Amino acid sequence: MGGLYHLKGKTVPKRTDIYSILIIGSGPIVIGQACEFDYSGVQACKVLRREGYRVVLVNSNPATIMTDPDVADATYVEPLTPDLVEKIIEIEKPDALLPTVGGQTGLNLSVQLAESGILAKHGVQLIGADLTAIRLAEDRSKFKQAMMAAGVPVPVSYFVYSVEEAWTAVADIGFPALIRASFTLGGTGGGIAETPDEFEAIVAHGLRSSPVGEVLIERSLLGWKEYELEVMRDRADNFVVVCSIENVDPMGVHTGDSITVAPAYTLTDKEYQHLRDLAKWVMQAVGVETGGSNVQFAVNPANGEVIVIEMNPRVSRSSALASKATGFPIAKIAALLAVGYTLDEIPNDITRVTPVSFEPSIDYCVVKIPRWNFEKFPGVDARLGPQMKSVGEVMAIGRTFPEALNKAIRGLEIGAPGFSCLLAEKATPDALRVPTAQRLWNVAMGLGNGHTATDIAAETGFDPWFVAQLQEILEVEKALQTCQVSEDLTGLLRRAKRKGFSDAVIAHALGVTETAVRLRRKELGIVPAYYRVDTCAAEFEAHTPYLYSTYESDCEANPSERPKVMILGGGPNRIGQGIEFDYCCVQACWALGELGYETIMVNCNPETVSTDYDTADRLYFEPLTLEDVLNIVDLEQPDGVIVQFGGQTPINLTAGLAAAGVPIWGTPPDSIHLAEDRGRFGDLLRALEIDHPQWGMAQSQEEALAIVKRVGYPVLVRPSFVLGGRAMAIAYDDASLLAFLAEAARVSPGNPVLIDQFIEDAFEVDVDAVSDGEDVVIAGVMQHIEEAGVHSGDSACVLPPYKISLYHLSIIRDYTEKLGLALQVRGLMNVQFAIKDDVVYVIEVNPRASRTVPFVSKATGVPIAKIAAQVQAGKTLAELNFRETPEVDGFFVKEAVLPFNKLPGADPRLSPEMRSTGEVMGHAARFGHAFAKSQLAAGTSLPTEGSVLITVNDYDKGAAMKIARDLHRMGFKLYATAGTAVALGHAGLPVEVVQKAGQPGKTTVDVIKNGEIQLLINTPLGQQAHADQSAMYAAAIRHNVPLITTLSAAQAAVNGIRALREKDFQVRSLQAHHAGNR
Amino acid sequence: MTQPALLALEDGATWPGIAFGAMGTTTGEIVFNTSLTGYQEILTDPSYHGQIITLTQPHIGNTGCNPEDDESGRVWAAGFVVRSLSPVVSNWRATQSLPDYLAERGVVGITEVDTRALVRHIRTYGAMRAALSSEITDAAELVAVARAARDMNGLDLVREVTCAEPYHWTEAADWWQPDGERLSVIGNRYHVVAYDFGIKRNMLRLLAGKGCRITVVPATTPAADVLAMNPDGIFLSNGPGDPAACTYAVTAVRELLGQKPIFGICLGHQILGLALGASTYKLKFGHRGGNQPVQVVAHGRVQISSHNHGFAVDALTLPDGALNSHINLNDTCCEGIDAPNYRAFSVQYHPESSPGPHDSDELFDKFVDLMEGEIGD
Repeated sequence: MGGLYHLKGKTVPKRTDIYSILIIGSGPIVIGQACEFDYSGVQACKVLRREGYRVVLVNSNPATIMTDPDVADATYVEPLTPDLVEKIIEIEKPDALLPTVGGQTGLNLSVQLAESGILAKHGVQLIGADLTAIRLAEDRSKFKQAMMAAGVPVPVSYFVYSVEEAWTAVADIGFPALIRASFTLGGTGGGIAETPDEFEAIVAHGLRSSPVGEVLIERSLLGWKEYELEVMRDRADNFVVVCSIENVDPMGVHTGDSITVAPAYTLTDKEYQHLRDLAKWVMQAVGVETGGSNVQFAVNPANGEVIVIEMNPRVSRSSALASKATGFPIAKIAALLAVGYTLDEIPNDITRVTPVSFEPSIDYCVVKIPRWNFEKFPGVDARLGPQMKSVGEVMAIGRTFPEALNKAIRGLEIGAPGFSCLLAEKATPDALRVPTAQRLWNVAMGLGNGHTATDIAAETGFDPWFVAQLQEILEVEKALQTCQVSEDLTGLLRRAKRKGFSDAVIAHALGVTETAVRLRRKELGIVPAYYRVDTCAAEFEAHTPYLYSTYESDCEANPSERPKVMILGGGPNRIGQGIEFDYCCVQACWALGELGYETIMVNCNPETVSTDYDTADRLYFEPLTLEDVLNIVDLEQPDGVIVQFGGQTPINLTAGLAAAGVPIWGTPPDSIHLAEDRGRFGDLLRALEIDHPQWGMAQSQEEALAIVKRVGYPVLVRPSFVLGGRAMAIAYDDASLLAFLAEAARVSPGNPVLIDQFIEDAFEVDVDAVSDGEDVVIAGVMQHIEEAGVHSGDSACVLPPYKISLYHLSIIRDYTEKLGLALQVRGLMNVQFAIKDDVVYVIEVNPRASRTVPFVSKATGVPIAKIAAQVQAGKTLAELNFRETPEVDGFFVKEAVLPFNKLPGADPRLSPEMRSTGEVMGHAARFGHAFAKSQLAAGTSLPTEGSVLITVNDYDKGAAMKIARDLHRMGFKLYATAGTAVALGHAGLPVEVVQKAGQPGKTTVDVIKNGEIQLLINTPLGQQAHADQSAMYAAAIRHNVPLITTLSAAQAAVNGIRALREKDFQVRSLQAHHAGNR
Repeated sequence: MTQPALLALEDGATWPGIAFGAMGTTTGEIVFNTSLTGYQEILTDPSYHGQIITLTQPHIGNTGCNPEDDESGRVWAAGFVVRSLSPVVSNWRATQSLPDYLAERGVVGITEVDTRALVRHIRTYGAMRAALSSEITDAAELVAVARAARDMNGLDLVREVTCAEPYHWTEAADWWQPDGERLSVIGNRYHVVAYDFGIKRNMLRLLAGKGCRITVVPATTPAADVLAMNPDGIFLSNGPGDPAACTYAVTAVRELLGQKPIFGICLGHQILGLALGASTYKLKFGHRGGNQPVQVVAHGRVQISSHNHGFAVDALTLPDGALNSHINLNDTCCEGIDAPNYRAFSVQYHPESSPGPHDSDELFDKFVDLMEGEIGD
């Protein structure tokens, strides 16, 4: 620590007047708030505990690393509401609250706690950001005033109430002008006016649409370049810019939906330093005393004019990105600043000899590309705009923009091997002007079709520099296409690899196989070097092996001779594969590290804990493709590669890795393949005498109809080789079957379609188990709340099961054990069962970590991912003393969180296609409380009184009667549509009849809008939602009325309501819960 | 457009690449700079005279070149080494592409070089002589050229960059503003005589912006001549090479000490240090970048600063009455001297930025305050 000489002899700078610190997490993964806050929260918890503070954590999300009981001193997996946090404060009596590492959720909740006086009442002080600063940054008009006072340019805007006032306003603002009607949803009644005629029309419409007749007229910055600076400030007023980020997409697209690069590339020093000065003034004017913030800028490409758009006084998605992009851990340092350190007192982990009071310099390019899941949400507007719609992101590092971009594209795992003419297949005919998820592909198509770079830049608003770089990539591809394979390709291949080309794109251009390309370039010595992310552009030695591949000459990887194991991560978040798998990967790193192995992490998701350079011994920030992983294996020669923790991504690589002779630890690759191959799997089930739904695999319509003739309707139809129930649906007749077949063929072309007998009204059960090849131990049996037909990822579930007989449980145990042994599982496995009447069916087996592993670990207090990792390293379950299913005290309910409020127009009915982005957990001694907590944590506050609207299909009317009776007995008023009302009337229940939406008289939409009902129970009829149903759903989502679409969930809700009416929620930390249990 | 080029170091290491800018052969001391922006300012900074520069930022040339960002009347760098030269120019102020700009000024460039490998080499083995050529493709031959280049140690480069005659400077500038808005001269309350050891324009612009009328004088101007101009303050500029070789300047400054307020930057700082009796030494590979943390001893705050120096003042040799006022937190190097009894102070780094952050503007105010005291007397 030579450089930190000035610390010697100084007294400890940290605060000693506080002992324990409360940290609020960001809750479930939702669009706009993902695992980046697990990363920031874990960093804060770890470093504050290292500094000797007691850390109390609250977060409703069980899938996080931060809620692992080892991360905090007291971990509360409880709903993030002021009431429940106050209960936690009463028990734990923290001295301080750090509000800035839990995203907008954590910040908002902290503000609520402060404003309601709860913090003052219990003597808890806010650290890291004060209330005034938070309010100033969050209140748009206050923020604007403060900025103008500080001489910081902000967009000029006026609220107007008449067309005349609007003319006055626009005279000052000029055209184009942005018009926004106040208090309308989804931007209705607004638009951008380029001319006076357009202006008058839009303003008039806006004034009519706004319920308060108010319209905001603002200077339009559409098409300006967008930049972001990630900055930090400490209590001594030291200020540093950690990273500059430039958006490839111009203003108009949410930064979370933009392709972004770091550092900024199209600013001169004069312009860049101007942004830096402004960022400093913004920090001072807002009054952020310590911590990280981001400041967003718009820059007019025509004359360099700069406008400050907004700032966030907390760590954010972009600060996580900036941390990964530079090696400067913003959240960790923000936590240290909050307890009194200054930047010059904190050493840089990577150089060890320099302090963090500097600005990272990077000698590589970082590209982030968002990942969207629009295909799961037909009907949703897929244009990108001010509302973020992506569900994950990939980051890639290369020495140049083309190299990083190509790596990022293949890291997305959407079947695009790079920026190439191949992307034209994925392009859509949208104009380049319209921002969509496909715009980059459209640019590839446009450039390929001979559009000039100037045209493309003008249409897209991409800076010409980016377009020129893209054009250079395509020029190399063209050179590959036109060369003769027989000639000496050394120079051309090297050039292509230096531009980031995957072997797949090169192979396609040359008309040879990918393997041939790989072999040839290895012969020619064209292999990647691994360079270090070191914060300082090589000025100082880097002690942290945080590596990226690049086709340069001077490899810095310096692999060790230690026993080592490589863990493959899950890549970008997407629906069906999210933070749960990162949890497993991180647990594996920790467990294998404890066993003395050197751990090597490979992943490309910048949001995660697994890509913190602190997590594994060595981090390769690389795309998870066979080519990229094999390159690392060639260099590191690991003793084993672990594929079962990163979700489907590493599983899909297993066969290729095994074929290349890579030592795969855990379950044999052939078993993994067997479980995915329906034919072989069916044979195995028959051999083991395990019941399973009848099924068939169809390559044609005729085959499909033949299968249905054999198994009978309804059937579950799905394409093979897809994730998260993509395009999975239930067909009740020939017409719907044929429609689904067409969709499946589109989603997974060339692959057969799976058709399963669908077992209606069955209970579904998920089992997670660990096997060492000799013994199979079930870790948890979870019963789904929703009946079969809802994707397991979208269904709530409860552990332990509360409605399954011991008879069925014993069959489940038996089958799980048989399957585990037959598949020679070593590590984790997940089995899904359906129970109908006396029969237990096996639906599927996944010989890998499942989405529920973190939930089971939190509920049981047993870290099963860790145990599984140790088993893969050769330990036996007996050695690890994991011999029997852990007893669970009370009930743990996992509830899925769905993105419908972020994606207007989506059909909110649950289906076999998974669409949830995240999950929450509620736990309590009784099922009702646990369920109610899970609902509250998911944002649905179950009412304890009021009115309920019930409208169910004919099939459900009988069962709905019991639910209605229970609600009536608890004092709820009942509303129902005509058919349901008749049925309820027969049971003697008083019901007020309402009309379907769109009909004369008081309708379902009216009672929702008027706030007359507090709960909506609707079971849909048929496959397509009718117009009236869609209107009702939209109203419920908009007015935040709890919507329940299955009767089994309605029954659980009734239990929850009953519990809540009897007794208020209690809170208990996981540590206290599991200690009390032993 | 794909003329090969080669970079060779005196220790025998070579890097192939592609030529840009002027064609030809050049030699100099190889150094690296970690600034992400500001290549035009760096190329035209006279302190780089005789040096072949490589930048750690891989993408260079993106924003082209423009007339406002020149820090002097010419490019001083002996050669330019980059990883990825931009194929286009994209900036509203640009008037010329970087290759054209360099070609016009006779400066040889090389792109497609693994600059990180080069920087790590310099970090390990230190700054050394190098040759860059688009003509000589034989490695051994070019290494020999590098070895034959003149040695920078003990070399007085100031005489090669300083102005021939005194001149007056009037142009002021606010920090860069959009639409080319420029501040006119605010006033001429103070008369500053500025020694041109290789002065950067932004030092002059900032002084002018603070109300100074500036007479720029050649580096060899004797103290008596300066005092005869009756200045309110004396400014010692940045410049290239070994400060110990500038004996004439050290002598002049020694005579000026205590007579008038003195403010030195970079080489000016080293010359002030030598005049005070301290000694200087050569750093292994220098500080060159825009991200260096400098702690101001007076108030304890850290300023992020722009650096370009291969030599430094040995703080332990400073006499009583001269304080080590600024400390580089990366390596504890002396970054500033304050000799209040002489009303003289200096910094090793570049508070005028250009390129670099604007954190240290206060130093120009301090100089003005000292001069204000002088006038008040």
